[in-house]
Amino acid sequence: MNNLQPARRMPPFTGHFKRFCLASMLCLSALNTFAQTAASSVRIQDDRARWVTIDTAPLRVVSLLPSLGEIVCELGACDRLVGTDRYSNWPERVKQLPKLGGLDDTQLEALIKLKPDLVLLAKSARATDRLESLGVKVLALEPQSQDDMRRVILQVAQALHLPNANLRADQMWQNIQRKMDVAAARVPAAAKGARIYFEAGSGYFAAGEASYIGETLKRLGLRNVVGPTMGAFPQVNPEFVVKANPQIIFLGERAAIDLQNRPGWHRIEALQNQRVCSFTPAQSDIVVRSGPRIAEAAELMVDCLQRMYSQ
Amino acid sequence: MNSNAPPTSHQSRNMGFAGLLLLGLIAVVLMGVQLGSEGLAWRSVQADWTLMTDIRLPRTLGACLAGALLGLAGALAQGLFRNPLADPYLLGSASGASLGVALGMVMLSHMGTSLWFVKVGITGMAFLGAWAAVALSLLLSWGVQHTLRLLLAGVVVGVVLGALASLLLIMYPSIQGSVQSFMLGSTAYVGWPACLLMGLVLLLSWLLAVAASPMLDGLALGESTAQSLGLPVRQLRWLLLAVLSLCTAAAVAQTGLIAFVGLAAPHLVRARMKGVHRQSLSLSCLMGGLLLGGADLLARGLMAPIELPVGVLTAICGGGYLLYLMHGVTTSSRAYKGAGS
Repeated sequence: MNNLQPARRMPPFTGHFKRFCLASMLCLSALNTFAQTAASSVRIQDDRARWVTIDTAPLRVVSLLPSLGEIVCELGACDRLVGTDRYSNWPERVKQLPKLGGLDDTQLEALIKLKPDLVLLAKSARATDRLESLGVKVLALEPQSQDDMRRVILQVAQALHLPNANLRADQMWQNIQRKMDVAAARVPAAAKGARIYFEAGSGYFAAGEASYIGETLKRLGLRNVVGPTMGAFPQVNPEFVVKANPQIIFLGERAAIDLQNRPGWHRIEALQNQRVCSFTPAQSDIVVRSGPRIAEAAELMVDCLQRMYSQ
Repeated sequence: MNSNAPPTSHQSRNMGFAGLLLLGLIAVVLMGVQLGSEGLAWRSVQADWTLMTDIRLPRTLGACLAGALLGLAGALAQGLFRNPLADPYLLGSASGASLGVALGMVMLSHMGTSLWFVKVGITGMAFLGAWAAVALSLLLSWGVQHTLRLLLAGVVVGVVLGALASLLLIMYPSIQGSVQSFMLGSTAYVGWPACLLMGLVLLLSWLLAVAASPMLDGLALGESTAQSLGLPVRQLRWLLLAVLSLCTAAAVAQTGLIAFVGLAAPHLVRARMKGVHRQSLSLSCLMGGLLLGGADLLARGLMAPIELPVGVLTAICGGGYLLYLMHGVTTSSRAYKGAGS
């Protein structure tokens, strides 16, 4: 059985009574078998490579990863969330939900008290085994690339037993892609092909070409100085950045303050031409998360490129 | 040599001390069951029964058991190495366990999850890491005969494995949070199977340690004295080292690196009692359990519903009390005064 395709296709109505009868009978028998297997219960292989069976639609969902909660909400099931981790802050509704700590210090008792029937978390979550031993359904999903993201959106839609899950997930993904295309079309011509260094975290952690951020940058026509062989978020030597001499730098607001003081960095083209883009913490949330707002992230980046290249 | 029948006044005082510690332990467990995620919840006595039996009871018992294991390991280490600064992590097991966890997290988050790894889990990796570190220390010191060499090997292994763990953290920054939370120690995720495991290990280790404790009494008087008493010093040393490593690895695997319990528990016991190792080992067990059980209560209660890392609390509370005891010693005895200045 293919878990990703809980077949719902029915033969179209043909008009011929005989064929209709036959078709409906087939349909009924098909529905009957699916009622026991695919239609009523979903089997999903999560990122721990474990098969998780979800029999009924989960109505009390806890998300311990901001991006997963965002996906649930974008799929229109925000009202099913009953609790989140402390970093989740979007959409607005999520802010009022009980906060249950983080992936490494989940408040087990507070979580159990919410009586969730599904907990979405990352592979590294510490509470996973404990939750499973307490009989809570756990799904570890961790989108690392944009392909992953597409898969995770579909898996979340299926896990939630959303009607027309495949269609809904697909629409959401197409929507994201459309917005990405619009953003990419707005990139100033002068910025195309520019060398970029994206600092994702303090301590010279760069977003490489292999990361989902890198994928977005590539789509916007920028050239990442951190190549695909260096890993998704490698810690680079400051000297490497000086040598690579990026024409554009993206980074967080706080790190941007003393960029000039980093030894040797004043020589970098991006600093000389003041093509440094700093994101506020709220913007960073959008830019750095691998959730459904990657298109908004692309828009933020393009807005900044337009500001830089209009001067 | 220490006689097997110490003066009865000591005996009864120690029994009283043990009784006090036991009472404290029972009180801790009872309070642990009551203390919920919103702080003290005396009012809601009819509170969720399953919450108590499935979450609070195992974690409280688990904290006490892990503390007892560390207390026993600490007392053994201090006896074996005849060094009051010895603690359960002396032979590098802490760094070994950290490296094991770091490796496990890298495998979990960056490589395909193999069946082998799913079976072992993070807990298993910590356990294996702790053992591997001790084995390495023993290998480097060519056995157990030379205490000083063994200590040195333990320190070196600890530093090297710790550095390797840091290297992994830098190469894979995404695992930093999980490894750090392991290093701070936490009793929040202890379940019934872990309790059972630690209980069995504790029982076995305690029996073995108590059976072999005359050797520690002999050793306290010097290596040659112990040998002249006809004790199989070498074999017993191997045995006690194995017990020490088993206790430490079991506790570390389930609760992470909990600081100070192993060092402080035997000291707190010795400050209050005199006696042979058979008694001090058992009392250290109880004291360790009480210490970590109490710290677990504080970790949950102080800032509820936010939990503090229990290892931080054990260091603050245990360390504070130990300093107070040392202060008492320095002001009351002239022998220590000279050493201080």
